[in-house]
Amino acid sequence: MQAPQEQWPDAVPVVRPYAMTSGRTTPARGAFDLISIVLATRPPERDDGLHPESAQIIRHSQEPVSVAELAAELDLPAGTVMVLLGDLLAQRLIVTRSPTPARGVASRPVLEAVIHGLRTL
Amino acid sequence: MDSVRSDAAPVVLPTAVKILIAGHFGVGKTTMVGAVSEIRPLRTEEMLTDAGIGVDDLSGVEAKTHTTVAMDFGRITISRDLVLYLFGTPGQDRFSFLWDELASGAIGAVVLADTRRLKESFACLDYFEERETPFVVAVNCFEGSDRFTTADVQLALNLDPGTPVLLCDARDRTSSRAVLVALLQHVLSLPV
Repeated sequence: MQAPQEQWPDAVPVVRPYAMTSGRTTPARGAFDLISIVLATRPPERDDGLHPESAQIIRHSQEPVSVAELAAELDLPAGTVMVLLGDLLAQRLIVTRSPTPARGVASRPVLEAVIHGLRTL
Repeated sequence: MDSVRSDAAPVVLPTAVKILIAGHFGVGKTTMVGAVSEIRPLRTEEMLTDAGIGVDDLSGVEAKTHTTVAMDFGRITISRDLVLYLFGTPGQDRFSFLWDELASGAIGAVVLADTRRLKESFACLDYFEERETPFVVAVNCFEGSDRFTTADVQLALNLDPGTPVLLCDARDRTSSRAVLVALLQHVLSLPV
């Protein structure tokens, strides 16, 4: 009856991620998905006044990094990270590469480059 | 000089693409992600709540059902400008709306199958067929499972003849990479 445990990790505290975003569930700026690439525009020490989680994002995005990786590093739901990223984007503390549109996503050269990479790496 | 990068500066962010590794519980999705990923598979969690709950209404929080769905993912850096992400899809039907988000923008999917439990692959196959997400079927050859030919599997799963079916060992990097290459070639072969 009960589903296998793999998909049902113990419930995490629910209030905290929402509180972190002041209850918001969608970013104020930008559209992010799990593979949106994010890069901080400044080094971490200049981020006075940021919430700890936002400061952490700045620290972890000194090199280009995906939203999924940030969420894993910060141990936060991806949706929460996206809201925080929206704020950072509005403050110009990050730049981002928007997700590609749904269909015809990867061009032929990109697909060929991936094949080549998988064969030679 | 100020170290802030201005918006005008030519910041080149890599292109990110993704492939989904799908299949039923225990079929080896995370194993395959781990076999090809350059990083230990990471886990990201998404919180699911009943639709329409006012997030400001904390009074009822205890009574609501909240759950998290975990997705394991890995990364392969193809070049400085191109990164491939692999996402293991959460296994259950009820999370299909989460799949929508995952499937959106994906190059395609690998549907991992186990010949001892082929029927359990149907939900997954239906989903990608309906969405017209390109996929290949990779039969994870578990020890102790009967050997079937790819043609047997094609028939048993009632697959479109154009859908590639491969045998693989999800624990093996070379084998798993070959599956990814087969998917990419399949996508390239499709009419634009």
